[in-house]
Amino acid sequence: MLVKVVSKNFDIPNSHKLEVAKANGRYSSIEKLFSMQPDEVTEEVTKSSLRGKGGGGAPCGPKWKLMPKDDPRPAYLIVNGDESEPGTFKDRQIFQYDPHLLIEGIICSSYAINAHDAYIYVRGEYKWFIDRLNEAIKEAYDDGIIGEKVMGHDYRMDITVHRGGGAYICGEKSALIESLEGKRGHPRLKPHGKECEWFFDNPATVNNVETIATVPFIVENGYQAYTAYGTEKSPGTMLFAMSGPVKNPGVYELAFGNKMIDVINQIGGGMQDGKKLKAVIPGGSSCPILTAKEVEKAVLDYESMWDIGSTLGTGGMMIIDDSMNMVDVAKNIIEFYHHESCGQCTPCREGCGWIDKILAKVLAGEGTKKDLETILEVCDTMNGKTICVFAPAVKDIIKSILIKFEDEFIKEIK
Amino acid sequence: MSKFKYTPENEAKFQEQIKRYPNSNSMMLPALWLVQEQEGWVSPDAMIFVAEKLNKAPIEVYEFATFYTMFNLKPIGTYHIELCKTLSCMVMGSKDLKKFIKDTIGIGPGETSEDGLFHFSEVECLGACGGAPMFALNGEYHENQSIDSLKKVIEECRNASKSSK
Repeated sequence: MLVKVVSKNFDIPNSHKLEVAKANGRYSSIEKLFSMQPDEVTEEVTKSSLRGKGGGGAPCGPKWKLMPKDDPRPAYLIVNGDESEPGTFKDRQIFQYDPHLLIEGIICSSYAINAHDAYIYVRGEYKWFIDRLNEAIKEAYDDGIIGEKVMGHDYRMDITVHRGGGAYICGEKSALIESLEGKRGHPRLKPHGKECEWFFDNPATVNNVETIATVPFIVENGYQAYTAYGTEKSPGTMLFAMSGPVKNPGVYELAFGNKMIDVINQIGGGMQDGKKLKAVIPGGSSCPILTAKEVEKAVLDYESMWDIGSTLGTGGMMIIDDSMNMVDVAKNIIEFYHHESCGQCTPCREGCGWIDKILAKVLAGEGTKKDLETILEVCDTMNGKTICVFAPAVKDIIKSILIKFEDEFIKEIK
Repeated sequence: MSKFKYTPENEAKFQEQIKRYPNSNSMMLPALWLVQEQEGWVSPDAMIFVAEKLNKAPIEVYEFATFYTMFNLKPIGTYHIELCKTLSCMVMGSKDLKKFIKDTIGIGPGETSEDGLFHFSEVECLGACGGAPMFALNGEYHENQSIDSLKKVIEECRNASKSSK
């Protein structure tokens, strides 16, 4: 069931060291890369159907094509390593076990979009992982892999790690750029037409760490090697993270299309002794929750997850057992979103706080049926009325818990 | 005029880092991290220093620093315990660890112990859900924790403090 595209070197001792990384295939895509034209690289990635692994799932190749051609302004690659969606802890595996894969991916991706400067924005809490990443970048500079010439080729590549300051919203790509520009991480209004991102008014592309780390495999082996994995509509692989009371929580690379219950039982080792599966939040805490019954039917690919009313998100499965009170679960989640709302849009800022207060009242035994109706009304008022998708995500998770586990909320009210 | 100054090493880091960005505005986060690494917290005087260096109004630096939760805006204890409280950690028992901290050190979230040794923060997801429950001690992750392992860490901090006196 496990596959090795991005995670190939994770189990090799000292795989983060340049010498070991090189001996195990790192930077072997670079010669082929420079034998191709940048447009050919973009086309190869487009044909691979590689999608963004940060939660949105947007196709990567078409995103690269949004970069303007013949623009005199410098282009930038911004790598999103903010990874602060609860349940998500996959990119840190790349930082920890194979940072040179990320550097190699940055070279490939930057060449495709004609960028010479890349910034890796990493959440501030990942200090240890940032240090490891910086050590790998230093090794790459010292070895002539990056710098004025990439491995002897006439292509300059500079990579800088930018440490975040502890704000979930900076995982949203436009908020991330605002933060990188030295401002509060407030998401930007989106243009009507599709266009690239803008970093100090220069064209930029933002991609997730895992997405970038997948590119060398596609460059080196061709798109068919990648599409050989997964399903027809969701080709490829993903680092799926599993947390909660299973026997073997962790990060596992799988092709798309596996049954969720098989992954939980066979790779996760099933539930810990004495615990029974009650629910799963499938792809980070903002994805609509699945009941144990729905988990039996769930398949881990984009289309299948939409078909059962949820989303694949980041692939971070949060397992919940039958000892948990789902009102507590909802309260815990809304506390997170209340704390992390950037405050820019009133429906989000006030809505999260309002739901948080109502749930506190419910848990204190002072709630009424009207309060539950109010939560649903607030969810609908938040949805679609804000600049970014933070508020719609809050609506998705809170509403799904309340509707699917309504009996537990009813038990708590007067 | 600020009385705060970077150490020569940090000034050199600042000068090296500022060259890497197309616009010095990008230095807001790196400049504040250098302050916090040097002092343990970001004082109003240090914010004025950063403002002067980056040609900003002090209020702009204040607005920025208060948005990002990792900047300590007042001095904290020697050992900063950041306990993750978000869903997977809660499911795996973070509430028990919180109670243990209260019972043994006597502090709740946002509080510093009377001896200045410990500061406790209850934080939102630290990206260690597979190792839940977890906490960070001065930024170092401790995963798959229990009351026994937390007790051991607290004792180690106390012993280290005694031996350094």
